[in-house]
Amino acid sequence: MTYATNEPHLVVCVKVVPKPEEVRVDPQSRRLDRAGARSEINPPDLNAVEFALQIKDRFGGKVSILSMGPPFFEPYLRICLAMGADHVYLLSDRLFGGADTLATTYTLAQAVRRLEPVDLVLCGEESSDGATGQVPPGLAEWLGYQQITLVNDIEMDMSRRTVRGRRERQGGYEILEVPLPAVISVKTGCNEPRFWDYRLKPWAFAPERVTVWSASDMDVDPEFIGLAGSPTQVVGLEQAPSRERKRIMLSGSPQEVAQQLAARLREVLPLVP
Amino acid sequence: MATSLYGASEAQDVICVFLEREGDTLQRVSLELLSKGRELADEVGWKLAGLLLGYYRMLPLMGQAFEVGADEIWVAEHPLLKTFTVEAYTSAAFQVIMNRKPSIFLCGATPNGRDLAGRLAVKLRTGLTADCTDLRMREGGILVGEVTGFGGGVLALIKTPQHRPQMATVRPGVFPLKPPRTERVSRAVEIISVTLDEAQVRTRVVEQVVGRGADITQSPVVVVGGRGIQGRFDLLRQLAELLGGEVGATRPPVDSGQIERERQVGQTGVVCRPKVAIVCGASGAFQFTVGIQHADTVIAINTDPEAPIFETADYGVVGDALQIVPALIEALRNSRVAVTSG
Ligand SMILES: Cc1cc2nc3c(=O)[nH]c(=O)nc-3n(C[C@H](O)[C@H](O)[C@H](O)COP(=O)(O)OP(=O)(O)OC[C@H]3O[C@@H](n4cnc5c(N)ncnc54)[C@H](O)[C@@H]3O)c2cc1C
Ligand SMILES: Nc1ncnc2c1ncn2[C@@H]1O[C@H](COP(=O)(O)O)[C@@H](O)[C@H]1O
Repeated sequence: MTYATNEPHLVVCVKVVPKPEEVRVDPQSRRLDRAGARSEINPPDLNAVEFALQIKDRFGGKVSILSMGPPFFEPYLRICLAMGADHVYLLSDRLFGGADTLATTYTLAQAVRRLEPVDLVLCGEESSDGATGQVPPGLAEWLGYQQITLVNDIEMDMSRRTVRGRRERQGGYEILEVPLPAVISVKTGCNEPRFWDYRLKPWAFAPERVTVWSASDMDVDPEFIGLAGSPTQVVGLEQAPSRERKRIMLSGSPQEVAQQLAARLREVLPLVP
Repeated sequence: MATSLYGASEAQDVICVFLEREGDTLQRVSLELLSKGRELADEVGWKLAGLLLGYYRMLPLMGQAFEVGADEIWVAEHPLLKTFTVEAYTSAAFQVIMNRKPSIFLCGATPNGRDLAGRLAVKLRTGLTADCTDLRMREGGILVGEVTGFGGGVLALIKTPQHRPQMATVRPGVFPLKPPRTERVSRAVEIISVTLDEAQVRTRVVEQVVGRGADITQSPVVVVGGRGIQGRFDLLRQLAELLGGEVGATRPPVDSGQIERERQVGQTGVVCRPKVAIVCGASGAFQFTVGIQHADTVIAINTDPEAPIFETADYGVVGDALQIVPALIEALRNSRVAVTSG
C-alpha cells in the first residue's frame, strides 16, 4: 500500500463508565446505585485508542481524545495521553447531562466539527453502560462522514484519502473501503491495548493537556443537547424477571454425574433408545 | 425541545418493520419482528407494514412477509439498492418513511440493521431504543422498549413519547416466530419511488466472503462453552451432535477467535429458546444469562461452587467440564440413545 503523504488527525471517542460488576440496584427505589462503583475507561474504547496509536506509529499525525461527561472523567482520560495520545477534549457541562444517543451524537459531532480538519473518528464497539453501539453511526450521520462499523482491522491510505476496514460477517468477512473523513467503530478485543508509559505520566498530567469545553464554549443549539435534546425517556427500572429454576445440585464422580445427567436429558428430550 | 421531522399528530397508525434480506429469503429476525409487530398492531387496531428495499426478485420475499402477518409491503426498487450500503439504504428508507409517516419503525439489531437504524434516527431527529429484549404497547400507541442494563438483572423501560417514528432495534431470537397465517385479507403492495444518486454511494465493497451463518436460535439443544472450557469446543460439538443440537459460546471465547460470533449467546449475541441448554465453564454473568432465560431446562457445569450460573440452572454440577462432558458423551453413547427430531 502507498504511504502517507500527509499526517492524519485521528479523533478517538472515549467514555468513562462505572465497573459493571460494581453497580448495584437499590431494591427499594429501583435506581442504579453507581456511587459505590469504581470507574474505568470503557474497555472497548481502549481498543479504539490502540488502533489510533498504531496508525500514528506508522503515519505520524496526532491523536485527539474526545469525551463527553462530568469533570471526574479527566484523570481517566489522561491515561490515554500516557499511552501516546496528544490531547484531550472533555465536553463537560450540566446542560449536557441526561443525553441519549441523539443528543450525545449531536454534541460529539459539534466538537468534531471544531476539531476539523479530521481524517478519522474512532469509537469503541459499545459502551458498557449504554451498550447500544448507536453512537458511531449517529455521529457519522450528523457529520456527513462515511462509516464502517465493527472493524477488526483497518488500513489507511493517506494519498488516496481512503480507509479500508475488515469486518466479520455471518460466517465470513467483508472488506469495505470509504473515503475520508470517516467514522469507524472498532471490534472489542481485536487488539491488545498498550500499557501506559510511566515516563509520560508527568507530561500527561500537565494541566494544559486537557481542554474542557462547556456548552457556551461550543457552537451548540440548546434544544439539541442534554435532557432537552433527548427524545427517549426512561420510564422505569425493573428487576429482570428471573425464571424460577429448580437449582438441584448433582454430585458424585464424573461417571456418576454423567449417568444422572443422561437420565435428566432423557426426561426432557424425546429420546429413542 | 427539538422536534422530529414529523410529530405524533401527523404520524399514521402503522407499525413498520424493516425487512432485511439474506439472498433469496428474509432474515429470520425480520420475520420475528413481523410476528411481534402483528401482535402489537392488533392490540391497538393498527396496520402492520414491511419496508422492503432492493432490486429485482422481491416477490418471494413479499410472500414470506405477508405470511407472518404484514398487511402492506412498502417497496422501493432501485439498482443502487441491490446490495446493502448504509448510504443508499438510509436514504431510501428515509424517503419511504417521510412518505408514509409510520408511528413505529422496528429493525433487527444485525450489523447492517444497527448501521441503518443509527443513521436513520439522526436523520429523522427521533429517539431510538436499541437492542430491546421486549416491546410493549401502551395506551395511545406508545411503544415501550425493554433493555437490559447493568449486571444484576436490571431492565430499563424506555419510550419516545413525542417524536416519531418511535424507533427500536431487537436482537435475533428475542421473539418467537408465529406459525404462518393464511386468513388475512388485506395484502397490499405499494411501490414507492425513491431518488438515489450514484455519487451518494461512496462505500466500496472490496471483498465479501459470506458463509451461511450458523443460527443457533432455533436449536432444540444448545451446548454452551465459556472461558472455562479452554477452547475445547470439539468436545462440546460431539455432545451437541449426539443430542441433535448446536454449540454456543459466551463472549470471551468468541472474542479470542475460538468460535464464530454467530454462536455467541447473550445480550450482544443471540437469545435462544432450546428445550435444554447445557452450560459448561461459564460464570453466569447477567449479560450471558439473558440469552438462555427462555430455555426450558438449564444444566450448568462449573468448577466453582459459588459461580452465579448455578442460581439460574435447574441442574448443577460442581466439577471439571473437561471430565464431565466426555463422561456424559460416553454415558449417552453406551445407552445408545439418539434424539428424534423435534
Ligand atoms: C455491554 C456488555 C455486553 C456483554 N454481552 C455479552 C454477551 O452477549 N454474552 C456473553 O456471554 N457475555 C457478554 N458480556 C460479558 C459478560 O459480562 C461476562 O464477562 C462473560 O459472559 C463471561 O464469560 P465466561 O462466563 O465464559 O467467563 P468467566 O466469567 O471468566 O467464567 C469462567 C468460568 O469457568 C469456570 N471454570 C474454569 N475452568 C473450568 C472447568 N475446567 N470446568 C468447568 N468450569 C470451569 C470458572 O469457575 C468460571 O466460573 C458482556 C459484557 C458487557 C459489558
Ligand atoms: N459520552 C461519550 N463520550 C465520548 N464517546 C462516547 C460517549 N458515549 C459513547 N461514546 C463512543 O461511542 C461508542 C459506542 O457507544 P454506545 O453507542 O453508547 O454503545 C463508545 O465505545 C465510545 O467510543
